[in-house]
Amino acid sequence: MSPISRGFHGHRREVDPARVPPGQYVVDDFPVLSAGPTPRTPLDAWSFAIGGMADSGAAWSWEEFNALPQETFTVDIHCVTKWSKLGTTWTGVSVDTLLEHVDSAAEFVTAWSDGDYTTNLALEDITEGQAWVVHTFEGEPLAPEHGGPARLLVPHLYFWKSAKWVRGLTLTLDDEPGFWEAAGYHNHGDPFKEQRYWSD
Amino acid sequence: MERLSAERVPIVWRTATVRGIVDETTHARTLLLDAPGWPGHVAGQHVDVRLTADDGYQAERSYSIASAPEADMLALTVERIDDGEVSPYLTGELLVGDPLELRGPIGRPFTWRVIDGGPLLLVAGGSGLVPLMAMLRHRAAEASDVEAHLLVSSRGWGDVLYRDELARLAPAPGLDITYTLTRQRPEGWTGFARRVDTEMLVAVAPPIAAAPRIFVCGPTPFVEHVADALVALGYPPQTIHAERFGPTG
Repeated sequence: MSPISRGFHGHRREVDPARVPPGQYVVDDFPVLSAGPTPRTPLDAWSFAIGGMADSGAAWSWEEFNALPQETFTVDIHCVTKWSKLGTTWTGVSVDTLLEHVDSAAEFVTAWSDGDYTTNLALEDITEGQAWVVHTFEGEPLAPEHGGPARLLVPHLYFWKSAKWVRGLTLTLDDEPGFWEAAGYHNHGDPFKEQRYWSD
Repeated sequence: MERLSAERVPIVWRTATVRGIVDETTHARTLLLDAPGWPGHVAGQHVDVRLTADDGYQAERSYSIASAPEADMLALTVERIDDGEVSPYLTGELLVGDPLELRGPIGRPFTWRVIDGGPLLLVAGGSGLVPLMAMLRHRAAEASDVEAHLLVSSRGWGDVLYRDELARLAPAPGLDITYTLTRQRPEGWTGFARRVDTEMLVAVAPPIAAAPRIFVCGPTPFVEHVADALVALGYPPQTIHAERFGPTG
């Protein structure tokens, strides 16, 4: 039972509890959180690769990646640092489309990024229309501080799972904790279950 | 093994009691907290704070820990964001004796221990000084002479957190503190008087060959600018630890 904070009333923005998870507040701006400098990989040196436990991998240059079928969609995003941003519109390639190019018995992936960032995900969390590699935010190229040229987008999990500056997926048989997951954050990160830290 | 087990203390809500309140500037306040069962922290980490209204409505925010791990009481320094939901309460309403719910400590790799060594380059924008102050307090508590360079960027002299304490720490061997005031300067100010730039970083930072551990904390544009400048100077990106915050409090 939480103690009452004497004299606290709160701002209580009218929110739909089906859209704003517990402990979150809605922002209009777009905060930036990352643990190091913003990497800046030129587009002619950029590629996206799928490797690891697969019969054969797949890789795309920036041009090839942009020639894949693109989807534009609008979702809510939820950061573990408490902010949620509703109705964000992105364009990119569905992870389903990317995985069509590989054959694998893996059940997990490690998404890896420029800047040495990694995050782990179960395939069942990023397939069937649940995840994308996006390069466009609100009709504009994704800014570097927000993960451009391309980031993973997994809106149904806390936003650290949506790896900025993503460059590839490594298919794995076992679930291998990534950067924040190894540093005390929750392995799964469902915002509606408030899975912020490992003991939640 | 000690380190591993320390990290595996469950991060659960605890009810702390406010034992002291220190006005740091006109818009920032330090809360001194007695937190029973607190598992200890490493300098640089933060806590989540949760407020509960009498009808059960709750709001949560994160705040950096200002105190050294060695300190008797946990200290949080909170900057008031005028249209914020939680910070006006913490800096205005909260009184000594009140309960305050928190959990933590949270956050790695933005941490430093004396045993990690140096030299250190700490670059603070405004209240980004808070977690860096925890590192300097830890360094002082351990009587460490690890070389440490602190660069603080503030709007004016009156906005600098912990000014008096930093002045007391400044004569310590190996510690070098530099201020830059971006908007208002006291009469006769001879220090830097502009936003942090490459030239200023060159003047303050240990050489690349010394392999400094770098911690940059402040508002997002400040951290982006400083981290980019350090990378351009040749400091390896993996040695630059960044903590960014926006005015969302």
